[in-house]
Amino acid sequence: MSLSTADLLDYDEVLERFDPVLGLEVHVELSTNTKMFCGCPTAFGAEPNTQVCPVCLGLPGALPVVNGKAVESAIRIGLALGCEIAPWCRFARKNYFYPDMPKNFQTSQYDEPIAFNGSLSLELADGTVVEVGIERAHMEEDTGKSLHVGGATGRIHGAEHSLLDYNRAGVPLIEIVTKPITGTGARAPEVARAYVTALRDLLRALDVSDVRMDQGSLRCDANVSLMPRGATEFGTRTETKNVNSLRSVERAVRHEMSRQGAVLVAGGEIMQETRHFDESTGTTSAGRRKETSEDYRYFPEPDLVPMAPSADWVEQLRTTLPELPWERRKRVQTDWQLSDLELRDLVNAGALDLVAATVDAGAAPDAARAWWVNYLSQEANSRGVELAELPISPSQVARVAALVAEGELTNKLAREVVDGVLAGEGEPDAVVESRGLAVVSDDTALYAAIDDALAAQPDVAEKIRGGKVQAAGAIVGAVMKATKGQADAKRVRELVLERCAG
Amino acid sequence: MPNISREEVAHLARLARLAVTEAELDKFAGQLDVILQSVARVGEVAADDIPPTSHAVPLRNVFRADEIRPGLTQEQVLAGAPSVEDGRFRVPRILGEQA
Repeated sequence: MSLSTADLLDYDEVLERFDPVLGLEVHVELSTNTKMFCGCPTAFGAEPNTQVCPVCLGLPGALPVVNGKAVESAIRIGLALGCEIAPWCRFARKNYFYPDMPKNFQTSQYDEPIAFNGSLSLELADGTVVEVGIERAHMEEDTGKSLHVGGATGRIHGAEHSLLDYNRAGVPLIEIVTKPITGTGARAPEVARAYVTALRDLLRALDVSDVRMDQGSLRCDANVSLMPRGATEFGTRTETKNVNSLRSVERAVRHEMSRQGAVLVAGGEIMQETRHFDESTGTTSAGRRKETSEDYRYFPEPDLVPMAPSADWVEQLRTTLPELPWERRKRVQTDWQLSDLELRDLVNAGALDLVAATVDAGAAPDAARAWWVNYLSQEANSRGVELAELPISPSQVARVAALVAEGELTNKLAREVVDGVLAGEGEPDAVVESRGLAVVSDDTALYAAIDDALAAQPDVAEKIRGGKVQAAGAIVGAVMKATKGQADAKRVRELVLERCAG
Repeated sequence: MPNISREEVAHLARLARLAVTEAELDKFAGQLDVILQSVARVGEVAADDIPPTSHAVPLRNVFRADEIRPGLTQEQVLAGAPSVEDGRFRVPRILGEQA
């Protein structure tokens, strides 16, 4: 029996009747040089089936050996998430027949994850802090990549056959699983997105993965269920896969809430199943009926010996933890003297790294922040790209800021320089040169323009000489017009007053 | 005492993608039951203070350095594949077989 996916319950009505419960599973591919159990490379984008060997192909007789660097990364991730690190744990075989794993099992961890019981605190756009419990972080290997051919290309439904590339099979993967997230109500989709964002930032700071959702090195499966408001027993959940961007995480959760709401209100039942998220429509569709964990017939992997990270090793790894995102935000707020709101704007604009890099390149924090959070954010919005994707670098922004600070450019001219860089006209200095944007700082040239303006408006000149300082504005305006805005108005004003005083 | 049902055997056969006849279900249920009973005996002998053994050798922490080692060429990889397309293994479509 299939339920119509078109039936959605109005979001407000979902919330009137139900409380959502979320569970998020994030898979992160580690950026190790080699795979989890063999020495094959892990680089993205190689020709199909060229980064494989007997071990990751599961050929008879091949024996796996654990990548020590991957274990190190797993422990560091666990520590950064405030987890306990298991003093002893094993890998397990997860048995299933599906061609994405040529071995017919995936080497994973089952009831003995390397890290467990932690938490991650996240801040929503309005500053609300949500504490998400971390159930576990365990090690496993990635699967191969299937390409479904026939019907709608690349999609599972309607495919006639599938093509398998095992380059990705065996790439080290850490699966991070939250405890059930309850009590978020209307904000459940927002919380889901904020969680994945916070986790991504954390993993990036740890430098354990390149966390590219578009390339699949960070993937989120969203478990969603609804229970009647006030109930304590969770409803049946679905697991939505293929959620490949932060925005999709939010959309998928929201859609699933409305879909499940419609099913439940109509008296139907939610099937425990895997669902696929469709980026183009923002909807989910039924996939494979979920096998229960019993069906996977897990057992301890006989080909790999147990791991027993010593307390010394764990503590040594703890010392390698970098400044974590929330610590960094706190420090930046102090260093740059930002209000809570200013900090939030900075973080929400996704500009923290860029501003920090701009400051490192020599710009004043306020100037760097103003460029990225105000001017460049608008530019990124209108182009529909991420801030970091704009064709301008922090060092280029720092150079423009330096030119402003030195009085070589006015703010107005500086924006033109930035526009020039964005338009691909080269480095800031080259744009200044080619567009002729330098401030007229040569006092001789300014005196000439001032004398012309005073001569053209003798009555105004008379007023200024008579002590009506505010009349100088008209002359300054005329000079600015004559220099096409390329003079520093403050300097012009000083010179006008000096001229009239003399 | 283990007592494995025909339904459980049928379920296991489905998970293992084995086609099993009605007659075989009865036969295998009986045979698997013998195996399970034998294994259950071990549990009777092992006291609570004897942890289950998963590995016969008392080794821990066998790790490999994160260094690339040569693997197979695409040609070698695909040499034994029944069907190949675009440098990939070609297999029957994945979903729908259980529907």
